[in-house]
Amino acid sequence: MPHPMPPLAIRAYTATSALGRGLQAHADALAASRGGLAPNDFSFAPLACWIGRVAGVEDAPLPPELAEWDCRNNRLAWMALQQDGFADAVRATRERYGAHRVAVLLGTSTASIGATEEGYRRLDNGNMPADLHRPVLHTPHSLAGFVAAAFELEGPCLTVATACSSSAKVFANAERMIRLGLIDAAVVGGTDTLCDSVLFGFNSLELVSPEPCRPFDARRNGISIGEAAGFAIVERIAGVADAPLLIGYGEASDAHHMSTPHPEGLGAELALRDALERAGIEPADVDYINLHGTASQKNDEVEAALVARTFPASTRASSTKGFTGHTLGAAGILEAAITLLAMRDGRVPANLGATQPDPLCGPQMAWHEESKPIRIALSNSFGFGGNNACLAFAHAEHAA
Amino acid sequence: MSAALSVWVSGIGLWAPGASTWDAFRDVVSGGAPAGASERPVADVLPPNERRRAPESVLLAAAAAGQAVRMSGRDAATLPCVFASAHGDQVITDYMCQTLATAPLELSPTKFHNSVHNAPAGYWTIATHCHASSSAVSGGEQAFGAGLLEAASLAVADDRDVLLASYDIAGSGPLGAMTSTTGPFAVAMVLSPRAGGAATRLDITPERGNVGAEPIGDPWLDGLVASNPAAHSVPLMHALALMRPTALRVPAARGLDLHIDIGVVA
Repeated sequence: MPHPMPPLAIRAYTATSALGRGLQAHADALAASRGGLAPNDFSFAPLACWIGRVAGVEDAPLPPELAEWDCRNNRLAWMALQQDGFADAVRATRERYGAHRVAVLLGTSTASIGATEEGYRRLDNGNMPADLHRPVLHTPHSLAGFVAAAFELEGPCLTVATACSSSAKVFANAERMIRLGLIDAAVVGGTDTLCDSVLFGFNSLELVSPEPCRPFDARRNGISIGEAAGFAIVERIAGVADAPLLIGYGEASDAHHMSTPHPEGLGAELALRDALERAGIEPADVDYINLHGTASQKNDEVEAALVARTFPASTRASSTKGFTGHTLGAAGILEAAITLLAMRDGRVPANLGATQPDPLCGPQMAWHEESKPIRIALSNSFGFGGNNACLAFAHAEHAA
Repeated sequence: MSAALSVWVSGIGLWAPGASTWDAFRDVVSGGAPAGASERPVADVLPPNERRRAPESVLLAAAAAGQAVRMSGRDAATLPCVFASAHGDQVITDYMCQTLATAPLELSPTKFHNSVHNAPAGYWTIATHCHASSSAVSGGEQAFGAGLLEAASLAVADDRDVLLASYDIAGSGPLGAMTSTTGPFAVAMVLSPRAGGAATRLDITPERGNVGAEPIGDPWLDGLVASNPAAHSVPLMHALALMRPTALRVPAARGLDLHIDIGVVA
């Protein structure tokens, strides 16, 4: 395996979350340190918590020719795809390389299970009601199947569903397939939407905060769940000018517990080391880290210690889950987009929500927004089942 | 034309209704033994307490994966793993959706954490002390081919042995009517980027279009293929059991097949 790996260009990217639709809405909210969490008005039964809900998804049905795929998750995906000229960029990529040379590699934790839940709420004589008698929705592959169908892409089509690392790991899938010559480009990303499964599921594990989440705060008491969609087009750097770069990625397993991270962050550290090695960089080269920072007791404890013992104070670090909530399977791509925006604009996002820093945190933490040129940045995504991923990005000039 | 990816098959595991191990499957296919009664998957890689509380999908995937790793002689702790499933644990999804529709605050935390698509990967890495990368993927009805492409890519790209396990359990409830998965099935392979004593090589090349599966002509085998997305592997497993050089196509996505040349190393 080559070290460092050949960098890949990110020709286009976009994100939609509780902060709004498209990149500028995110840049504006981050610059103003204005979060998007609000009291839960989503779950079918009351649940006292805060959520990161995307406005207007219920009023944005899919175009008639895609009606078979219509559900909240695919609506949010479609809404995101329409931002920042992304859909046109996908079509241009298909024209450039051919439909079978472009992969669709997407992460999600629950895909369109919200539609399955709805079917069970209004069963028709014990069967799925007629309007939801659509097998393409009732599977984890609903999202990737939808995006491939919507853009008539015929390359490899893969769903990665490793909980909260899902849409980070797809960058690794793309890199392998491009390096091996199986494809010329990949549409990567992911979408997860609010649904009762995750709201009541995380509530059953006592991981949901009754208040807006406070990552890395000494008094943090759990996560706020959000929804988001994000996408990127990844390809070889030849022929793509001035694009930010994917320079590394790391993947590793905790081998510890299904719903609690390894106490010393072993898998997280292995993923980080893997990413640094593939990128050919040292910790001191990293200007910014977008942390996983869920505001759960354990994640933040383990991640704070890892950052504190690994990086110099010149490496700035923050979690942006106080802005968006934890968007689960979409967190990887949403936070990759936020990281790329931070690099584009030279602004380190605030660690919104924390007012009393956990003493475990090192001097790397950016509690408030900072201006700083960012040439190399990391994004951490750690999931249930001890599934860890770390992405390394660089400014376009890094390739020169 | 040279293949896009070449990998050697260092280990195989399988669980089917009527053949609970790869050896039993091979005896049916090549020796004419009758398919037996269905036996519970033996997930002996999992510690006893985990085996008791693990859901069916985990037991099934771990049973096939354990056979493949044992045959390969590799240490499971060193193997990156890819777990592929069209639908994940449908029994748990059925339970979750029923409970959420009636009494959402009574949702079981254990069922919830077992509901994630990467539960088998999580249980497997915990049981085998594996810190390598682990993934859980789906490709809808083409999940086996999609997983095979991902696992073979990982083996060649990172030049290391990779474990692939593909499984689906039978559907249940209103969801089961949507997924049309009528029986459980699991298959696993340890794929190696170099020969290392393996008896068979897979030369894999993605090709446009889905040619569709030709019936094997054996009612039991064709019944398996029709029952479960993971059993789209059965024609490949049939060929591997017969140890004859041959070529076939496995669907990997809508509009994409994998052309596989099976080479038998003398």
